[in-house]
Amino acid sequence: MNTIWTLAGIVIKELYRRKDFYVLFVLTALITIAAGMVNFFDDPKIVRYVKDICMLLIWISALLIAIVTTARQIPAERESRTIFPLLAKPVTRGQFILGKFFGCWLATGIALLVFYVFFAIITGSREQHWPWLTYLQAIWLQWAMLAVVIALSLLGSIISAAPSSTTTICFIAVAGILLVGGHLNTVALHQSQPLQTIFYTIYFLIPHLEWFDIRDRVVYDWGLVSWLDCVLATLYAAAYTGLFLLLTWIGFRRKSLNT
Amino acid sequence: MKASPYLVLAFVLMVCFTLATGIEPRAATWSNRSKSDNVFSVLFGDGRRLFANQFFTMADVYFHSGYYPSVFDLREEGQKEIVAESHGHTDSPEDEIKEDFLGKPKDWIDRFGRHFRITEHTHLEHSNEREILPWLRLAADMDPQKIETYTVGSYFLRTHLNRPQEAEAFLREGLQNNPSSHEILFELGRLYDENDHDTGRARDVWQLALYRWSKDPEAVKDNKLAFEEITVHLARLEREAGNWQQAINWFQAAQKVSPDPNALQHRIDEIKKKMAAQTNAPAAVLH
Repeated sequence: MNTIWTLAGIVIKELYRRKDFYVLFVLTALITIAAGMVNFFDDPKIVRYVKDICMLLIWISALLIAIVTTARQIPAERESRTIFPLLAKPVTRGQFILGKFFGCWLATGIALLVFYVFFAIITGSREQHWPWLTYLQAIWLQWAMLAVVIALSLLGSIISAAPSSTTTICFIAVAGILLVGGHLNTVALHQSQPLQTIFYTIYFLIPHLEWFDIRDRVVYDWGLVSWLDCVLATLYAAAYTGLFLLLTWIGFRRKSLNT
Repeated sequence: MKASPYLVLAFVLMVCFTLATGIEPRAATWSNRSKSDNVFSVLFGDGRRLFANQFFTMADVYFHSGYYPSVFDLREEGQKEIVAESHGHTDSPEDEIKEDFLGKPKDWIDRFGRHFRITEHTHLEHSNEREILPWLRLAADMDPQKIETYTVGSYFLRTHLNRPQEAEAFLREGLQNNPSSHEILFELGRLYDENDHDTGRARDVWQLALYRWSKDPEAVKDNKLAFEEITVHLARLEREAGNWQQAINWFQAAQKVSPDPNALQHRIDEIKKKMAAQTNAPAAVLH
């Protein structure tokens, strides 16, 4: 277990050494503050559009950090050939995969925490109201969703050698699931065979990441999701994360490490 | 003779500068773009109207606190509820059923996913209606010719947020961009009547709205509702002012286009009764 945490620690250090997070955070902060400063009909109490914009930026930034950070982990180790001394420590390939996964997941979690603190300060200063439990649920569900995304990116990074193609494919897949995934059953109803079966198969196979998006509940003050549903959603995310990590490990075991 | 490249560059720059100072004032008149065009029209051209529609829809989404059909949900494309509300329409139980676009869950994924979504049809209230205003402001900036933006914005500002001055300013901005709009004039009349209680101005503005409506062939052909709204409001105003014959005339005009002329006939009969009672009262005093 110590080996896994050591590997994870390296990934976390890498996140705060690189500029990705800082750039995305500054951009999010600047856009949100600029949006918040716009005066609409001299009404300072208008706040939901600021929350909406900020949450959208947080989601985009978190996805970018998660996918970009994960996609370059294994290819970078192979390219710089640091993977060989690492695996000779001895570190098993399973530990290597888990270390990289936990490192990326924790690093994304830290970034998410910073984003949400900023969000709470900005919206709370206007609303004078801090629904901490709702924020906690939002951050937890988003982080659980990011675990699936990170595991998927890790799987992609052992299939494709170039981090850029892994990043692009993962981003398209995740955005597709978030935007269309929940509606595939409706779309399937209006298709003829065999398209209907294909759509339904995809619908039941993909991880439904859109469940974890409770931005609307935060923006429109709809209150908490049932805690039992949160637990079930977390288990669902854990199952898909486990599946993707298992596939990554199987693929990585058979992979030649020479570039 | 060999010219220095710096000299040539300086000469070219000088020619460019001279041409620019000469051409720039003329170039400004070549395009139809007026100085009043805002930054959005310069950036997006006519494409900004698409954004304006999207922002107007966003106002409706906010009005429903996120309970809104996506492009995948089947729902009849009707009037937006913020527009319906600004015309005084409230949801009937049939409307509520029609707006249940989610229906029953189709499978376990759909059922469980609804625990995280907004599944309740509500409208903003208790001054939270202010949250739709940024989208209406943006829609107006994107497409100054979208009249509904001004009428809806003004309605919510004056009735739900008690800010008639801002409502009037927004309508006047709309009128400046759409001088022949009978809809904006009608809303302005409502503001004078209902908020300022200035019946004289309200009457003048509504009569002007009626005139503008009559000069708009498309409205005369397709928008009979606007004629009915203006005439019914004029009739009510005259009834409150005690000008009963005028009120009857306006109600009779509205009857010609109304989907429910009997309701208007009922009001005419009420006024006639009052008129009869008034004419009989002096006679009774004389006897």
